[in-house]
Amino acid sequence: MWNVIVGEILLVIGAIFLFLGSLGIFRLPDVYNRLQAGTKCTTLGAFSTVLGVGFIEPHWMVKSLLVGVFLLLTNPVSAHAIGRASYRIGVKLWKGSVVDKLGEYREGKNA
Amino acid sequence: MKVSKWLYTVLVLLLLWLFLTGSTSMEEVIAGIVVSVLIALFASDIFTEKGLKNLTPKKIVCAILYIPYLFWEMIKANLDVAYRVLHPKMPIRPGIVMVKTRMKSDLGKLMVASSITLTPGTFTLEVDGDTFFIHWINVKAEDVEGASEQIPGKFEKCLLRFLD
Repeated sequence: MWNVIVGEILLVIGAIFLFLGSLGIFRLPDVYNRLQAGTKCTTLGAFSTVLGVGFIEPHWMVKSLLVGVFLLLTNPVSAHAIGRASYRIGVKLWKGSVVDKLGEYREGKNA
Repeated sequence: MKVSKWLYTVLVLLLLWLFLTGSTSMEEVIAGIVVSVLIALFASDIFTEKGLKNLTPKKIVCAILYIPYLFWEMIKANLDVAYRVLHPKMPIRPGIVMVKTRMKSDLGKLMVASSITLTPGTFTLEVDGDTFFIHWINVKAEDVEGASEQIPGKFEKCLLRFLD
């Protein structure tokens, strides 16, 4: 019985983080900030959802942990790829950004 | 060296197989051993650089301890980003900072970059040698030393114990 309760709590936590992630995509100003919310909050959200399923059905636990591990391995790669591609095709930073070391570095290299 | 690489690949693949099938019946395990041995024959050279040297007890313990540490950092940072998203005024100070990493090997750099990306609020935008460019949602230090101390520093302390 306790495992179902733990599982349901984890599912609720996951749903909250997934909601916060989508709210972040809606509210934040530019691609890079939106990536922060859109990829990270969803990692923890998806992970705790999968883990919660594992708790509710204990014989799925090992497999849901494995799904979680693959989520954690692949998520940063896609986030990095989207961010890097956006920077390379010239998506501008939000006007409130305080520093852009990569821009300076690339200018220094070209000059 | 070759044998140690091969043995390490077999061990890792077999462990993965056991997790995926989730059963300890004789046929499953034998099938797993056969498949891992075959794959390791072809792929052990690209699978690992150091072979069994990765498996000293100290390194295994540090690698296992790293997982809860990473999770703790992820949860803390998740709450931080959640607070910034929910706050009516959105207190963000985004920017791209430059940091230097102390990791030498490719695997070490991958682990640092992935850990940085996994903790919300920071993600690795570009890598050039040992220089990372990181987008930070709330820039606390603009100079290279300060940022290196705050972003990759906390992961490197742990990672250096079982990688490189």
